[in-house]
Order: sequence, then C-alpha cells, then structure tokens
Amino acid sequence: MSATVIETNTAPFTPVELDPITVDLVEKGFENALHRMNALIFRVSMSPLMREQRDSFPILTDRNGAQMAGQFGSPVQSFLDNYEGTVEEGDIFLTNDPYVTQGAISHLNDWLIVVPAFLDGRLIGWSAIFGHQTDIGGTVPGSMPIAASSLFEEGLVIPIVKLYSKGEEQKDIVKILLGNSRTPHWIRADLNALVSGARLGRNAIVEMATRFGVDEFYSAIDALKKRCHSAMQQVIRTLIPEEKATFEDYLCDDGMGTGPYKLRCTVWREGDVAHFDFEGTDAQSAASINLPYNPQMFRMLTGQLLVFVFDPGIVVNDGFRDLMEVSFPKGSWLNPHYPAASSGRTHGLGRIFDVVSGVLGQSKPEYMCAAGFSSSPHFVFSGKHDNGEDFLLFQVAFGGIPGRPVGDGVDCHSVWPKFRNMPNEYVEAHFPVVVENYETIPDSGGPGLHRGGNGLRVTYRFLEGGEISLHDDRWLTYPWGVNGGVAAARSEKHLVKADGSSIPLPSKCDGVAVEKGDLLVFATWGGGGWGDPFNRPTAAVLEDVRRGSVTVAGARRYGVVVDGEALTVDEEATARLRESMRAERGEAPWIDRGFDTVEELLARCEDETGHPAPTPPPAIDELAVPANAG
Amino acid sequence: MSYRIGVDVGGTFTDVLLIESGTSKLTAAKVPSTPKDLTSGVMAGITKACQEAGITPSEVTHVLHGTTVATNAVLTGGGARVGLIVTKGFRDVLQIARSHVPGDYGAWVVYKKSDPMAPAELTFEVDERVTAHGEVLRPLDEDSVLAAARALRDKDIEALTICLINSYAYNGHERRVRELVADVLPSIPISISSEVVPEMQEYERTLTTVANSYVHPVVQHYIEDLERELKSTMSDVQLRILKSDGGLVGADRAANYPVNLLMSGPAGGVAGAVWVAEQAGYRDIITFDVGGTSTDVALVQDGKPQLRRETMIGDVSVRASSIDVRTVGAGGGSIASVPEVTKALRVGPQSAGAEPGPAAYGRGGTEPTVTDANVVLGALPTDTRLGGEMRLDRDAAVAAVSKIAEALDLSVEDAAAGIIDIVNENMYGALRLVSLEQGYDPKDFALVAFGGAGPLHANAIGKLLRSWPVIIPRSPGVLCAYGDVTTRVRQESSRTFVRQFATVDLGEVREVFTGLQALVRKALDSEGVPADQQQIAIEADIRYSGQSDAITVPVTMAELTPETIGEVRERFDQMHEHLNTFRMDTLDHEFLNLRAIGLSDPMTAAAEALPEGDGDPSGARVGEVDAYLERVWTRPTVYDRSRLRAGDRLVGPAIVQEMDSTTVILADHVGVVDRVGNIIINPQAREEATSA
Repeated sequence: MSATVIETNTAPFTPVELDPITVDLVEKGFENALHRMNALIFRVSMSPLMREQRDSFPILTDRNGAQMAGQFGSPVQSFLDNYEGTVEEGDIFLTNDPYVTQGAISHLNDWLIVVPAFLDGRLIGWSAIFGHQTDIGGTVPGSMPIAASSLFEEGLVIPIVKLYSKGEEQKDIVKILLGNSRTPHWIRADLNALVSGARLGRNAIVEMATRFGVDEFYSAIDALKKRCHSAMQQVIRTLIPEEKATFEDYLCDDGMGTGPYKLRCTVWREGDVAHFDFEGTDAQSAASINLPYNPQMFRMLTGQLLVFVFDPGIVVNDGFRDLMEVSFPKGSWLNPHYPAASSGRTHGLGRIFDVVSGVLGQSKPEYMCAAGFSSSPHFVFSGKHDNGEDFLLFQVAFGGIPGRPVGDGVDCHSVWPKFRNMPNEYVEAHFPVVVENYETIPDSGGPGLHRGGNGLRVTYRFLEGGEISLHDDRWLTYPWGVNGGVAAARSEKHLVKADGSSIPLPSKCDGVAVEKGDLLVFATWGGGGWGDPFNRPTAAVLEDVRRGSVTVAGARRYGVVVDGEALTVDEEATARLRESMRAERGEAPWIDRGFDTVEELLARCEDETGHPAPTPPPAIDELAVPANAG
Repeated sequence: MSYRIGVDVGGTFTDVLLIESGTSKLTAAKVPSTPKDLTSGVMAGITKACQEAGITPSEVTHVLHGTTVATNAVLTGGGARVGLIVTKGFRDVLQIARSHVPGDYGAWVVYKKSDPMAPAELTFEVDERVTAHGEVLRPLDEDSVLAAARALRDKDIEALTICLINSYAYNGHERRVRELVADVLPSIPISISSEVVPEMQEYERTLTTVANSYVHPVVQHYIEDLERELKSTMSDVQLRILKSDGGLVGADRAANYPVNLLMSGPAGGVAGAVWVAEQAGYRDIITFDVGGTSTDVALVQDGKPQLRRETMIGDVSVRASSIDVRTVGAGGGSIASVPEVTKALRVGPQSAGAEPGPAAYGRGGTEPTVTDANVVLGALPTDTRLGGEMRLDRDAAVAAVSKIAEALDLSVEDAAAGIIDIVNENMYGALRLVSLEQGYDPKDFALVAFGGAGPLHANAIGKLLRSWPVIIPRSPGVLCAYGDVTTRVRQESSRTFVRQFATVDLGEVREVFTGLQALVRKALDSEGVPADQQQIAIEADIRYSGQSDAITVPVTMAELTPETIGEVRERFDQMHEHLNTFRMDTLDHEFLNLRAIGLSDPMTAAAEALPEGDGDPSGARVGEVDAYLERVWTRPTVYDRSRLRAGDRLVGPAIVQEMDSTTVILADHVGVVDRVGNIIINPQAREEATSA
C-alpha cells in the first residue's frame, strides 16, 4: 500500500542550468525556513516540555520525501509508503506510530505532523514537524511506563490520519486526541503550534519555488543533493578505513531487572560505501527501552557529525543515502518486533552516539570525544494541588559534555540541539516543589588533559504528596574516558524522608509515592575525560578547584597537590605525585571504561549502588517472537 | 535663546548637532573622535558647533547623547570584576545557564562557552529562601551574608550583584543583604536583581543584573566625567542619555542602570532614521544599518520602533527593553570562503574586522571580503574616490576574490557577484525576521539604509523585499546625532501581576495602573519635564493562560471594567492571530505585567534644506566607471553627493559617493534627491507612476 498523491498538474520538472550561487541561496532558504518554524513553535506552544525545553524538530523535504533540511531524517518516505489514501492540497496528516513511520519517530509521545506543499497543482515538497506531547494517556502520567510490555500500554496510538482534509480540521479526531490525555489543554495548544509551524514550512517551500522558478528550485535541490553526496564521499574516504573496527557500549538496564543491554557496532568501508553493522547488539527488551530506529535517521545524524568539521555551513540532506549502509538486526532492541514498547527509548538514542564516537575514533583517536551525556533523563511528578487540580511536572535533566579535542567539556549542558532547562522559578511558581539546589557536582567529570563536564545535582522538596517517575541511565556503566582520560561519575537518585532516612531509588522507576516534605536528590552523570590527566596544566586544575568544579581531593586524581586553605599548588609535591602515579598506571590506556568485564561490574553492583545487579538479556535467537510480529 | 545639542561619538568622527529651541534652526559640526578620552572629542565638537552658530555654550540647556561605552565594555570583555551573591544551592546559575548548546546536532563537539561575567570564584552563597509566592521559607542568615562580604573584600572586586531566588516576588532579603554588604564594602557599586529587573527566571535575572554590574563602573566614570566637563562651561546644562529602547533618561539614572544602555548606539541610528524618514514623508520603515562586521535591522510602524523585552549583544541576551534590532554577522568585512568538501560559497560570520580589514584597504588583509567584492564589481570605484582618508587597492581586491573564483570555477566578477548575492541573502534573513515573521509585509514599508555599507546594498535588498522606496539619508554619524536630538524622554514603570481575566478584580487592576502612572509622572518630574508636556500611556502584557510569551496590548483605564474588558480580549486575540496565525477559544486570558509609559512631548528640529536644483544632476557628475551590476557590465555615472541639489534625478545605473559611504542605484531604478538631501530610490516604473 502507498499514498496516492492527487495532482491537478502533472507536468514534469525540467532540469535547467543553474549558477552555483542560486544553489547556495536555496540551501540558505531551507535553513532560514527551519529557524522560522522553530521560532514560531516556541512562541505559541504551551507545555513546558515543548516551550521551555524545546522538544520539537522540523524537517523539510523534496516531493519524494528526501530531507533537504532538518536534524533527524525524513519521516515522509515511510509515510508515503505506509499511508493508504489520497494526499491533496490542504491536507495535514498526523501520526505517532513508530512502526508505521519505521522508526522516524520512535515513541508515541512524539507526534508527527506532515504537510504537503503544492504549487499550481503540483506537489513540490513536504514540511514535517514532530514534537513531544507531555501526556497521551497510557498507564502512567507522562505516558512513559517503564513496565510496559507493548505499545498499547503507552498511550493513544494514532495511525496516519488526516487532521485536516483539504483545509478543514477534522474536529472529531481532535476530540479523540484530547479525550485521551491527562493534559488536554497542552495537547490542544501544542498541536496548534506544530500545525502552524508545519504550515509555515510549507509556505516557505512554495515561496522559494515561486521566487526562483519551480524548475530552478528543483534543479537546485538536485544540485544540493549531489553536493552533499560528493562532500560525504570525500569525508567517508578520509575518515573511515577499509579495515573493520568494532566498539561496544551498554544501556544499563530496562528498569525491570534485565541488563546491561549491549550495543555493538562494526564499521568498515568498501569503496565509497561506509558500513555500520549493529550485529551483536542484544535482544529486544520485554519492557520499554527499545528503540525502533530508522536507518535514515542514523545516516542523517551520523552524517552531520562527520561533515560538520569540514564545512559547518552545510545543510545536510538525503543526497548521500547510498554511501552509508546501516543494518540493525531484527529482534534486537534497535529493531524490535511490533508491538514492542519503546517509550523509554531516549537512552538508546543517546548511547548510539557514544558508540559511533568510539567506533570511528579507533582510526583517528585525536579527533574523537569521550563518552558524553548520552541520554535525556526524565523526571515526572504528578498529583493534586491543594485546590484539587491535577498537576503534572515533566522535566528533562542535563549533564556533562565530555572532554573533547577542542577542550574541556561544559558542565550540565545538553548534547541535543535546542534543548534547554526549565527555570527553577518557573517550576516553583507552577508546581508544588521547592528546588533546594541546582548545581554542578564537583569531581563528577572524568579527569583528563581536557576535563569532562560535571553532572547536575537537583534536590526537590515536595510541598504536596504525589507520585514520581524517573528515567535515567549510566547508573551501572560509566561514561568512558579516552586517550588517557578517566571515566566519569555515574548517576544516582535518593529519596530522603522526613526522618532523615535515605532510600536509593532505581534509575528507572514509576509510581514511587512521595510525601509532603520528602526530598528527592537527582544526580546525573559527568562526561568522560580526554587525554592524560597528568599532563593537565596545574594552573588549570587549580582554577577548577577555585571555581568549585574539582575538590582538593579530586585534584589528586590529576596528580596535583593543592593546599586547601591557601588555594595554591604545591608544585614539588605535584611533580612527585605525578611521577609515582604515572609509574603505577603505566602507559595511559586508549579507553577507560571504569570496569574490566561486565561480570566484574555486576559483581560489585549492589555494594556500590545499593541496587541488585540486573540479569543480562537473552540472545536474539533465544527470544520468543510474538505471534503478531510484523 | 536656549539651545540643545545632540552628540554621536563614532569610531572615526564625533558629530554634533546644535538646535535652537524656538526656531529649530540647526548647526552641524564634525570633529575627530578621541578614543582614549572620549569626553575631549565631545567637548571639542560642542565648542566648534557653538562657534559656528555664534553662541556661548552657557546658552545650551540640554545635551542629548547616545553612547557605545557600555556596548564596547561587553564586546571587548573590558567590564568590571564582578562579585556575585546568590541563594544557597544556586552558585552555578551562570555556569549552568539554560544548559543550551547553540547550533545544530553535533555543535557541542566544538562549542566554547564564554566565561561568565561574574566568575565562579567570585560567587558566594547566602542561606535564605523565599517561595515563588513571596513568603519567607527560611529567614536570612545574616552571618552567612557577613561571611560572604568578608570573603569578597579580599578579592578586589569592582562591582557586586545580589540575585536571590524568587526575589521578583519578595525583595526584602536582597535589600537586607545589600545593607549588610555595603557596610563591609562601602565603595563597591551594588546592583540588586529586584531593582534592575524584577521578573521571573533566575538565570536571565542574574545575567541581566550581573551585566549591569559589569558595565557600571566604566559607564559611571564616563558619564560623571562628561557631566563635569559639560558643567564647567554650561553651568545649568542637563545631560540625557539615549537608552536601548530609544528613550532618553537623565544622567544619574543612566549611570545606575547602565544595562539599559547596551543598545544605545543602534537605537540612535534607528531614532535618526525615523526622523529622517518622517521628513521625507514616511512613517512605516525598516532600518538597514550595515557596518564592517554586522548588519542591524529594525521595523518601525507609524513612527514607533518595535520594542522587545530583551537586549542581545554578542552572545549575551539580557532582560532589558530595547528597540527590536536584529543583528546578523554580515558586513563589509565579512570573509568569503569555499570549503573544500562542498564547494559551496560561504560568506561570514568571520570578519576581517578593522585590522587587517579587507584586502582592498592595503593593510595586509588577503582574505576576500564583501568590500573586496564590491571593489571588484566597480560598485566601490577606486579611481574617483573623494576626499576620504582611504585609498582602495583594486589589484589586491581582485587577487583576494580570485581565490573564490578559482575554487568555484567562475570568472572573478561572477565570484564577486556571488559573494554579494550570498551576503545580501544573509541580510535578507534578518530583514524577514523583523517583518514577515512578526506578521508585517515588507511591501508596506520603506527601507532606510545607512552605515558605511548600507547604501551599497540597499537597492538590491529593496528588490528582494519589494520595499519601496529605498531611502538613503546623508552621512551616518549625523543621522545618529539627529536621533539623539529628536527623541523624547521616556520612563516606564511596570509590575508583574499574574491574574486570569475570569477571576481578576478589575478595580485592583485600575489601582495598580494608577500607582504606576504616579511613579512615571514622578520620574518625568525629576527629569525636568513640565507636567503639561508629559504623555502617559498604559499597556498590559497579556497571554493565554499557560503560555510563556505574552503580547503587549495597549489599554485605557476606561476599558478596564467588566462590561468592556471584552474589547481588550478581542484586541489580544486579533494580535495573537496576526502574529501566530491562530487564536484559542478554549483558554482564558491572563495578565502578566502591567506597565505605564511616560514620554515627554516630541522635540522638533527643522531639517537642513538643500538648495533647489532643476532636476539635472550633471553638476555633480564626477565621471563614469565600469561596473558589473546584476551580472551585466555597465557604465554607471558617478556623482559627488555633496554637489547634488534638491530635485536632482539620478537614473540608474549610477553611483553616488560621499565621504563615508557610497550609494549604488541599479539599472531600471531612479534616485531622486529630496528637499533635505535624502536619495529616494524607486523602480523606474513606480517612480514614474508616483511622480505622474
């Protein structure tokens, strides 16, 4: 099945000769349109998640759905392949189904709007946006139930539907959407925001085609794709060796006692084609950490990372599709069978980039970064205000950017574009909490020539009882350091009761009851260190101590002896300490994972974290495939 | 007789305009700027203007001045060493910021965060806590304040910021901390956040207050110095400073809240453009100010520049009202490059700056810049250069642009034309932001171009935007001085007042407004504005309940009744629809801030009229040059602007030169010199239709 596009004008596009400048102007036009779409959404969305944290992402494509601008890969091709029905001018489509979109969106909370752009009766492109809706029903507030064993427990599943048909809003559909959420007013406003943004993108495509001429516009699109293809060809030849390299990292657990889940990637080049093969990745989870992942999304994100250093001005498009072969083994948590739950896929989405950095870095370690803040931990607090009104606080937390070739990692920041934190004063004005502290965690960044960024510690005091959910990772495995850099500190969470007792909370949990007056200590993880910490200038270590980023004790991990009173470096003692620490360590390892084997890590898990060790998942072929697997 | 004076201090020249208050008669003077001691250049300019007008300085009652002192302190990192006192648990507020890494995916790999204006080692915590509703949760621990103050005493700080959590709701703790610290650090200027910007959001409030502290000493020093010098020759003179929002404020207040001056310079340009355009008969304009490294644009509707509640400078964004000036890193010095892997042509944001500058300046620059491209094209003629201090080296420009031509396999002139197209497109992006993105169609606006390079690009930009006419005022420095001397004293007072329409007591709203109006009147009184020259307006920031951004809606006291509040609601809905494409029927409306704005009556100044000509510009003709305009070789006539007469008709292609800028008029366009010396450019067909 596939979509039927109704065009009243079926004239083919005629390729025309273009000067290179027009090509640049069209590229810039796509880029400007994305900025404008973003600006509009921020202005009018209403849920704190979309408007303060900016969890929404626009995409513009050509008429075949090939991405011309955006971040996360085009969802339009899978839409065209899987929508049974007509596409007409004025239609606006909505879906949130990760399986129908083949992973272009990967959990139900992300709602995808797709708008065709017509000019003179001809389809000339597509505008799309997906954004995270705070609550879409399901078994827990925030709609990300850790224990979910299928999609159907995670909230309303919206097949591809026409939200607008020939310009008319389908009000009955909207009623269904609003009727399935704990926060219907946010759904309404944010849906408006997404639709307005997508329409703006459509108008931008039409404006460009009108301004330059539709044949010129299409010729420019072809030229942009060719340009991206040849750029990526050179980049791949430069960066990716023919010899195979493999790297592994882990998701710590699935919140239901299974883990760690291996993520394994092997990379090599054959001719111009780079192969990314995830064979060896562990089986899908019976719970919700699965990530139905779209290979095209992987291409776009990885392609951006690769080409970025060579031309930061480029707007990466779909032109290089044939230069990257990507394979996610069926039945693995990267390519689970329908209808596996996937609401907790954020950890996998982030962790993939640690793995890509690790696998590509083996041939060019000087260009690679250490392991970073490869997730977007969530915190959900729900209950009733004293006036009986429901509240639902949903926050994303931030952590350490890793040590990088260019320098230290930044403390408590985001590796995802656009994301930003919610002002604490805003949180306190609208939700029954007092934020007791919001601070960096000294020494949590991995030591290195370039220090890893520190993690974030937030302490919430609850002013009303209610329930909380946590979604975090890296509580068991460490953010690794590279090129001699040391692994960073892991995450941890505690609930401190009125009597002073402190209960360690698992990294992933739902439905934890909290009482008025309880404290939640939410500590994220740091970024790994980069380069040999014993080579870090003592002045830089001292400055970190003065700024409170590193403690006096922490400075010793750099082999630096700091007088805690005078805040000065004892250079002589430092030289001696560094000498003996160097001798003890030997040659700096390429990677420091913070553990030797998974078995060893699991053996010390309970002692170190207060949580029982998880059980490793079964192999893919041992997994029973559900009867209705697609 | 009494006189007032406007002063603009530019990088090269200080411009002074002297206006006789009764007749509005005007005298202009230009003197070299004195960067090491700006005041002496200002005084020299004032002396010269007074001499030329034949008056004694003591007859001057007001000196009105836009200044970039605060701006430069931020841009060059030359501000004060600032200490910071925060609530316990929040010492990293500036370090964490909003956790945001600017740019696309992967930008974090190369992101370099600039150091905070108040470094972590000078940040101290005090134990206290206030809730979002203004209640004291934990009383202020005064010992912790004294400990912080004593620690700061040994740190050689030059200014101090106090910003406590939720102080926008209750500022008693901040004020008490100030009292206690002032005893320990008596000579340090202290800014407290609840006075500088009493608004929610701790990072933005801290940053804004720290920015105030950061520029405080340098601004205070400059203003005090200037005031002392002025008073030495003009005993009764009042010094007023132009704020970022385009209003004037007394010297004392300017020195205490210098964060409001960060965009004083650009505000002067916009204010001048507004005035000049009005002289030409246009009240709806878009300003287009192109300098060496950046382009500033702003939208003016009905003579009023659009304002916004933040000021952006470099990578710092603070909460202070400013004229909504959008800046892009595209100017005469922007460098063109062709990355090896994409063979795409990129222009900016890197700039050759003043040193070494474009290759054509012959100061050692070799990178191809926008100015070099204009030289290659002949838009900046090298043979007919007028008295300006700089000769342009065409060979150097050609050599630089050739690098681009080779990389793109284009002729050198097509490469140059490409550079101009790309930089124009970057400027066009900023112009769209202030117009289309705010719901305004640029077709309804005239484009006023200034700055060293604005008039070079303006005709082409006018074509992209379809904004006509394009107005080219006379020299940029004079324009800013016009702005200084024609703006009004502006005072505003606001209060955060979050109430939903459904449950609000409108009597209480009117009471708050009455209080705000009284405050504004008092402030205008203290600025010496007579009561009969005060204009007070009220406005409310309104949003749909649950939104974060509000829209500023003008209101009247009479509307604030249960029977008539529907009119305010409808006005907001219309504005929301205009701006955001939809309205919401299911949500209630909510007041966020109430504000009173006081203005003095507008000042008048008569523009200096040009002698009337007969329409034929040939008396100003300098010669002809070869120029490659819009990818065609043509032979535009070159004119000397100082010899043009009112009514002269310049048929494109033509190039008009003056000391500090050059105007290009494209083929099929006509520039007409108006009564006061503006060049008014229109497409030929439009010009004939309007003049017929």
